[in-house]
Amino acid sequence: MRYLTTIGLEVHVQLRTRSKMFCGCSTAFGAAPNTHVCPVCLGYPGAMPVMNRDAVKMTIISGLMIGSRISEFSKFDRKSYFYPDMPKNYQISQYDKPLCVGGSVEIDIDGVSRRIGVTRIHLEEDVGKNMHFQHSSGIDFNRAGVPLMEIVSEPDISSPEEAFAYLLALKQILLYAGVSDCNLEEGNVRCDVNCSVRPEGQKEFGTKTEIKNLNTFKGVLNALKYEIPRQVDVLESGGKIFQETRRWEVETGVTIAMRSKEYAHDYRYFPEPDLAPVVTSCEQIEELRRNLPELPRTRRERFIQQYSIPEYDAGVLTADVAVADFFEQSAKLSSNPKAISNWIMTEMLRLLSEREMDIRKVVVTPAALAGLVKLVDEKVINSNSAKEVFALLFEKGGEPDQIVREKGLVQVSDSGAIEKFVDQAIAENAKSVSDYLAGKDVAAKYIVGQVMKMSRGKANPQLVASIIEDKLKVEKMKRGG
Amino acid sequence: MSLSIANMTICEAIALLEGKQCTSVELVSVLLNEIRRIDGTLGAYLSVDENDAVSQAMAADKARSEGRKGRLLGIPLAVKDVLNVRGQPCTCASKILQGYIAPYDATAVAMLRREGAVLVGRTNMDEFAMGSSTENSGFKITKNPRNIAYVPGGSSGGSAAAVAGGEAIAALGTDTGGSIRQPAAFCGCVGLKPTYGRISRYGLTAFASSLDQIGPITKNVKDAAVLLGVMAGRDEMDSTSVDVPVPDYLTSLSGDLKGMKLGLPKEYFVKGMDPEVEAAVRTAVEVCGGLGAEVVEVSLPHTDYAISTYYIIATAEASANLARFDGVRYGFRAAGAEDPIDMYGKTRAAGFGAEVKRRIILGTYVLSSGYYDAYYLSAQKVRTLIKRDFENVFMQCDALLTPVSPTVPYKIGETSSDPLRMYLGDIFTVTANLAGICGLSVPCGMSSQGLPIGLQVLGPAFREENILRAGHAYESARGLIRYGE
Repeated sequence: MRYLTTIGLEVHVQLRTRSKMFCGCSTAFGAAPNTHVCPVCLGYPGAMPVMNRDAVKMTIISGLMIGSRISEFSKFDRKSYFYPDMPKNYQISQYDKPLCVGGSVEIDIDGVSRRIGVTRIHLEEDVGKNMHFQHSSGIDFNRAGVPLMEIVSEPDISSPEEAFAYLLALKQILLYAGVSDCNLEEGNVRCDVNCSVRPEGQKEFGTKTEIKNLNTFKGVLNALKYEIPRQVDVLESGGKIFQETRRWEVETGVTIAMRSKEYAHDYRYFPEPDLAPVVTSCEQIEELRRNLPELPRTRRERFIQQYSIPEYDAGVLTADVAVADFFEQSAKLSSNPKAISNWIMTEMLRLLSEREMDIRKVVVTPAALAGLVKLVDEKVINSNSAKEVFALLFEKGGEPDQIVREKGLVQVSDSGAIEKFVDQAIAENAKSVSDYLAGKDVAAKYIVGQVMKMSRGKANPQLVASIIEDKLKVEKMKRGG
Repeated sequence: MSLSIANMTICEAIALLEGKQCTSVELVSVLLNEIRRIDGTLGAYLSVDENDAVSQAMAADKARSEGRKGRLLGIPLAVKDVLNVRGQPCTCASKILQGYIAPYDATAVAMLRREGAVLVGRTNMDEFAMGSSTENSGFKITKNPRNIAYVPGGSSGGSAAAVAGGEAIAALGTDTGGSIRQPAAFCGCVGLKPTYGRISRYGLTAFASSLDQIGPITKNVKDAAVLLGVMAGRDEMDSTSVDVPVPDYLTSLSGDLKGMKLGLPKEYFVKGMDPEVEAAVRTAVEVCGGLGAEVVEVSLPHTDYAISTYYIIATAEASANLARFDGVRYGFRAAGAEDPIDMYGKTRAAGFGAEVKRRIILGTYVLSSGYYDAYYLSAQKVRTLIKRDFENVFMQCDALLTPVSPTVPYKIGETSSDPLRMYLGDIFTVTANLAGICGLSVPCGMSSQGLPIGLQVLGPAFREENILRAGHAYESARGLIRYGE
């Protein structure tokens, strides 16, 4: 029997705010335990939350990016459960009035585009982190109170690969929106996965399981690749799927049911009395909408149109918003955007990946790259020298024309000087000359190489080739061919 | 000269200090002597840091000698143990907060400090402000200074007993359902519950966040106006505090009631209330009429639902607010736990008293899935109706006159086995918290046994000047009450 899979994702994204959701403590990653804490985020008696307006704004921007309806009236609620990493033993979250409702994310699977629906986006605070030592446990509350945006998808996803594509597309949008660093290593993005299977032809969804707290996209992919066949196997062998929470074990590559006690929660939601409702006016929403960053897909289409670059190039360049920004800044200063694209896609991305660097950290400027392309286009330097200049720009920065001057890389286009080299080369390479005259055209290339060597790479290769060709033709006539 | 704290008001103490007739250190020393002498009997204080109090007083005296000003410079005040005072314990009269030292000042406390006040000690209360007699303290019972066989009321019973018993010039209390006004009435002093949002709650250990409010307990209305003026105002740290200009409350104390319209809500004069209370309040109403006020009968039709509404909302919020007391980060932690869940259970079982547990269970129940709509949601709707009742009557009058409590103080131990009876005693005070309006308690006589009776003056939101003016004029006309005679 064939089975259909239904997947829904809850993605928790840490927002890029400087301070926490309800207090002034820093959100910086990697500080010594319990150094970014205060009475508010430690849940001390009498401490009260104060809403971080930036976090609200970033959540609304995220919603607008994926076409959500923004709630003019939204509120926070208390979600009660006891856990040592939760300072107040309730989490300030949003229950029935989230900031953003609806929306969708477009994904491509095998060249076919699909929209995955988003149910809602709400804002909440993160918890601390339990740490277990040999004889005791500790809690680091640095992360407690960090703003988290929870993006809940519709059960629209039908395969692990679609789930993976959805996460990549979502991450790309959030990076474009500038609302999160989406740094997976720092735990910026964490996913809960709901999934069920049902025999083809059955209308209602099967019983779902939830796999909690996956912190890599590969983890989501692999957990689903395990969990779906597991559910199918259970059904095939006449068993029953239980609605339960499961944990993904990276080492063994299996999902394991957690004790039922851990998820039998009644969260007893009620409106947070310490915070006023979030009221966002139509005008404020429209203002944010007007200043919204472009979506990755829109930018890709625009690059193709505006800069006349191939679709493939546009796809590569827009994958990372920072790369796209670099390209665009450089292309705007150049009359040859395709050359800019080539430099970025080949040299730049290769060097970045070799050194595991981020384009935000490079010293070469978009203007320098445009300048380099101009030097090549105006034949001031040849492409060999250009590679050398780019390597220097990438290492140390600076201005390309200055590097060309300092390194004496200006192309030799003086035909008199080149003729001398050519005459010498023809005289010194009689074998190649006769090969050429015998009909081996490639032999001319060898002579070109010799001339370039004599000029220490600076001779204009087109000029060299044409002079050699002329001279050899003359030679041929002389020998009566 | 010999100083006596017993009847001293803030305004008198300021005059003594400004006239260089005494120093703050002298005032504080006399006060500390009185506490040492009386508090063994009254039990108003939970902790007194004598050295800290004296050094604050020395700092105040030095500041004064350097010409610095402060509206409360050198004035000693007592603070209910539910408010965070940096470096001092803040137990909320609960064993579960034993050992906790406040790492910060509540905003109201910081504002008193900024004006030079000397914070002398922490007063007893019903545990986490839950109760109306101070018998629910996890540490000790406070006695009514007018007759030590009786309760001082609650939950701010320690503050009221300290002020009435001559162990404090004035004190801070908190009021969630009457916890300032009722003990003030029971002890024969003045208690003010300001409008919700008038004084920052930051640093007030929350019982019921949408109802709690800090306020003064004083010897007269003028002192209450002084303290309110210092503490009122918007605070960035409390999102529910409101940015309404703070008037000079002292200028509203005209001494007469000309042009004022005072309402008598008929639902607040009901069968079953102590006839002596009703008689004293009716006499007070006549006095107010004599001062030029026009008195009209009004109606607050949803009053009957107030107690049940209050106990649903207050306990629901409390169940979440008190969840943080788990033994993980501060305060008491029970020994011998197997795992975190076991630790919570053992810590909370041993740390909380019976009344607190009762309310946590009630609150957990009314928020539970399947019951939320029937209890919490309905209560919020009724709360809106109660609020509207007040909005309507305040279109007809400037303030309302009612009793504070349907009874005079009862004997210690009398209601502790009957919580429902105690809950019903809050009937005239909880409405102000539900509606978020302001209320004042002013002594208006005594029972045949010499026990104090309080007059409640209720005013519209952010119109504390109305009730202070009415209370002050009445108090000036009333004359001295000699309790116990």
